[in-house]
Amino acid sequence: MSNPLVEARQVIKRYGNVEVLRGVDFTVQQGEVACLIGPSGSGKSTFLRCINHLEKIDGGTLTVGGDFIGYRQQGNKLHELRENEIAAKREKIGMVFQRFNLFAHKTALENVIEAPIVVKGEKRQEAMEHARSLLARVGLSHRVDAYPAELSGGQQQRVAIARALAMRPELMLFDEPTSALDPELVGEVLDVMRDLARDGMTMIVVTHEMGFAREVGKTIAFMDEGVVVEHGTPERLFTAPRHPRTRAFLSKVLKA
Amino acid sequence: MTDTDTPSAETATPIRPVPAPAPDFVVVPARHPGRWVVIAVIAVIAAVVLRSVIINPNFQWTVVGHYIFADIILMGLLTTLWLTAIAMLLGVVLGVIVAVMRISDNPIISSAAQFFLWFFRGTPVLVQLIFWYNLAALYPNYAIGIPFLAPHLLHGSVNDLITPYTAAILGLGLNEAAYMAEIVRAGIMSVDGGQAEAARALGMKRITAMRRIILPQAMRFIVPPTGNETIGMLKTTSIVSVIALSDLLYSAQTIYSRTFQTIPLLLVACIWYLGVTSLLSTVQSRIEHRFSRGHIRRSR
Repeated sequence: MSNPLVEARQVIKRYGNVEVLRGVDFTVQQGEVACLIGPSGSGKSTFLRCINHLEKIDGGTLTVGGDFIGYRQQGNKLHELRENEIAAKREKIGMVFQRFNLFAHKTALENVIEAPIVVKGEKRQEAMEHARSLLARVGLSHRVDAYPAELSGGQQQRVAIARALAMRPELMLFDEPTSALDPELVGEVLDVMRDLARDGMTMIVVTHEMGFAREVGKTIAFMDEGVVVEHGTPERLFTAPRHPRTRAFLSKVLKA
Repeated sequence: MTDTDTPSAETATPIRPVPAPAPDFVVVPARHPGRWVVIAVIAVIAAVVLRSVIINPNFQWTVVGHYIFADIILMGLLTTLWLTAIAMLLGVVLGVIVAVMRISDNPIISSAAQFFLWFFRGTPVLVQLIFWYNLAALYPNYAIGIPFLAPHLLHGSVNDLITPYTAAILGLGLNEAAYMAEIVRAGIMSVDGGQAEAARALGMKRITAMRRIILPQAMRFIVPPTGNETIGMLKTTSIVSVIALSDLLYSAQTIYSRTFQTIPLLLVACIWYLGVTSLLSTVQSRIEHRFSRGHIRRSR
């Protein structure tokens, strides 16, 4: 337990009067795959979105690589950053969405080269080469010129993963990456993620795929009602859950 | 696990090993006798109208032919065209700015945009036009400079500055900007929120995301009503005759007030308006095609 890449302490998030996150404690080590499981509405996705500051937290601390994403630390003061300053910090955190969110007016290749060129200022030629190799890695060499509407859900999600990887992130966030897919397409996306995990990418995966969580996850955190109820290795959590709520949840999802 | 009955369903209706021979049926297309009646009625009406247009001497087609390419008409047409172009350019550029201001998080900026809309959409364009033309009555002189230090770097009479042309451009352009701002805003809102979110997650600044991701997709929704606005503007420019600018219609009016050939000269103007409108419609469909990228399935 040297220095964690992501460290959350007592993270609180409110929407109006509703407290969605009620003190989340969570750490992820470099190179680790952490899976967040739990019933819908438990705050898993909200917490994930707080990590790259798509949502602003209302309490607690949340650091990535020892760095506050939304703030600049000066002594004991945290200065809130402007949106554009936060944008720069997001470069190193890749994110994959449930609904893919590929840029609809751009081809697969254009989707992948967009951010490296306009955000990092990479040369077009370099970006194209990198993008082609990434698309090959996710098995889509033959579809580089297709628009998102011409791709299946599984293909779109693989392009989305390639797009996030193009920024050479230190951390990848996956927000229910297979929930919007037809059942027969889930496998191809999970294969790509498995491959990434094998290469040592630090990943936080919000998922309903218990099989994947069990196989690829190094740690599993079970969230319910805005807190991490229990976490541990997959073997431990899936075979001997300690908390009654974890047990209730697992018995429901594993039976199905 | 729930669809355990699928395999048995398959065995119940086995797939034919050999494709069945094509059945010997002939498909007879549905008949639409009503269509022929409608065609006949429309053909008769068209023939009657066309005949009267050709035969009725009051149309004075020879006069139309005489004036259609007359210098004064062509000069008027030119004024109409460039006035439309500049007013729309001003309208679109300012409209995008006001739309982006309107959705800003900063309440001051958003209120300023809303005030702009309220004012320029809420008063008749004719009034705005006359108002700009008579600006000198309100502010006879102008001076541009650095307050307190050099207040009169540039100064002169407002009457010299506000010619009929500048008044027309300001009046039509600012009014158009208010309408365009709402069109652009509707376009921006029609783009799925996930697009902006993905752009932010990739580290794009807001302005970059707007320019590279949101606006290009909003264009699909912005172009058709903008085409409408342009065609509307082409005809709205005719109100500049009130500040003595000779556009297409005013030129026609100048001639018929002298010759009393009212109908044929109005026909001349209409023919030109229709011609330009047709041209604009073609341009519009080209632009629409350009911005539908990713939304039309291409044949492989």
